[in-house]
Amino acid sequence: MAAMNSGTARVERQISLPFKQAFRIALRNITIRVGRAMITGAGTMLGIAFLMSVFASNLMLAAKGAEPSPAQAQKAAWLVAMSLLVSFVGITNSMLMSVTERYKEIGTFKCLGALDNFIVKMFLIESGLLGFFGSLIGSIIGLLFVIVTNLAFVGAFNWALAVLYMLACIVLGTILSVGAALPPAIRAAKMQAVDAMRTEV
Amino acid sequence: MSSIATADAQNGAAAPAVSTSDDYRASEHIVRVRGVKRVYKIGEVLVHALRGIDLDIKRGEFMAIMGPSGSGKSTLFNMVGGLDKPTDGTVFIDEVDIAQLDAGELAWLRCRKIGYIFQTFNLIPVMTALENVTLPMIFAGASVDEQMEKGKRLLETVGLGDRLYNKPGQLSGGQQQRVAIARALANDPAIILADEPTGNLDQKVGEEIIQMLKRLNKESGVTIITATHDDKMYKRADRVSIVIDGEIQAVVPPEQLGDNTVDGFLAQLKEEKDAAAIKDLETAAEVTATNAAITGEG
Ligand SMILES: Nc1ncnc2c1ncn2[C@@H]1O[C@H](COP(=O)(O)OP(=O)(O)O)[C@@H](O)[C@H]1O
Ligand SMILES: [Mg+2]
Repeated sequence: MAAMNSGTARVERQISLPFKQAFRIALRNITIRVGRAMITGAGTMLGIAFLMSVFASNLMLAAKGAEPSPAQAQKAAWLVAMSLLVSFVGITNSMLMSVTERYKEIGTFKCLGALDNFIVKMFLIESGLLGFFGSLIGSIIGLLFVIVTNLAFVGAFNWALAVLYMLACIVLGTILSVGAALPPAIRAAKMQAVDAMRTEV
Repeated sequence: MSSIATADAQNGAAAPAVSTSDDYRASEHIVRVRGVKRVYKIGEVLVHALRGIDLDIKRGEFMAIMGPSGSGKSTLFNMVGGLDKPTDGTVFIDEVDIAQLDAGELAWLRCRKIGYIFQTFNLIPVMTALENVTLPMIFAGASVDEQMEKGKRLLETVGLGDRLYNKPGQLSGGQQQRVAIARALANDPAIILADEPTGNLDQKVGEEIIQMLKRLNKESGVTIITATHDDKMYKRADRVSIVIDGEIQAVVPPEQLGDNTVDGFLAQLKEEKDAAAIKDLETAAEVTATNAAITGEG
């Protein structure tokens, strides 16, 4: 593409930025806007903490030599689904607010030559990072909660399986967070550069 | 006076959007605006922000666009800067019809060819002065070394060599606008668009910004188009376009405005117009009277 653009072309096509650049800017957005980041991250954290506690409780039951009844398992699955849905909506909402707060900034980015896909990337990376750390902390909290309330049975606890569950929680939490940020990110990218020019905002 | 406004229309034929042919010669005019109209629709109400603008801006020119608030200066800017599309008419930048460009080409144009300066500075608040200046270079794909070296040099050019790591919040309005000027220069644009760059600054600081723009214009030959109703600004320009109610009333050298303020000039223009209208009326009345006499005789 770029190779065809010798000196004779008066307009070329903007290059897509490498992931690294978008990552750097996203990371800096998080470290600078800690308050907003905490709210977004907390959404994932709570949902994942609950999911992990359900996983750990099952392991704990096994450690006690018991089996969860099918009715109990079904109830737990239902609660987990609900809590993840609430997390999803919470993250979407928080990211939407983040987009609104940065309306003018996004417009300025576009005036300076940012492509739509860069804006989308930036928001998704931001929310992916928050999802990762949120679910890391959340899964630790969920596990700790179950351990602390069942200290007597820790001896027979299946730690290997618990770590596996934790990893699954982190992957799920990150995906959840990125997915939830997709609609706000697309909305941000669709914003017109002309809005940055408007003075009365 | 308004006769000067008539643009040379011989170049009016549409040029191909992007031509890679070798016969392309840099035209004398870097910006050509032809019959540009912009209508905003607010509910059922139509707002005619631009009513058919024709304007040619020469390469390396310092053009001031003057007019009262709401006359359409910013709207014209958005058209020339490729930030908004005309309802009707065409904008050529370097003979390229920018309405024909796709999103990637428009982004390139905004990144490389045009530098924007806003009334409200529009710096990214969470970034340092240096990071703000290097941002357009990141989008242009420059290496980190290049970014740092050039970013520092540009900030030194605008007299902020010692404020590289300050955030916009730690800088005064005038300093913020100077960061914005450095940012606008980041990718060596051919055109700088400055929409009321002194609008949020006090007189003295505003004057510094104007001088800086003039200096850049002289030294690097960058074309500067600035909307303003700052009386000091137009005196530095090569030409002044007067926009009223979405129409260009006149394009004149600043000397022709004399010591008039913008408002004074507008009043004078209106007087002349009214006088012409009265004259027309008188002529019409005479004709009617003559006709009546003829009819009476017959
Ligand atoms: N986004 C918009 N929607 C509706 N009307 C607009 C919009 N932008 C500008 N206008 C109208 O267009 C006219 C010209 O505005 P503008 O270009 O901002 O003037 P100036 O910059 O000279 O003050 C005004 O009447 C303004 O209200
Ligand atoms: Mg304006």
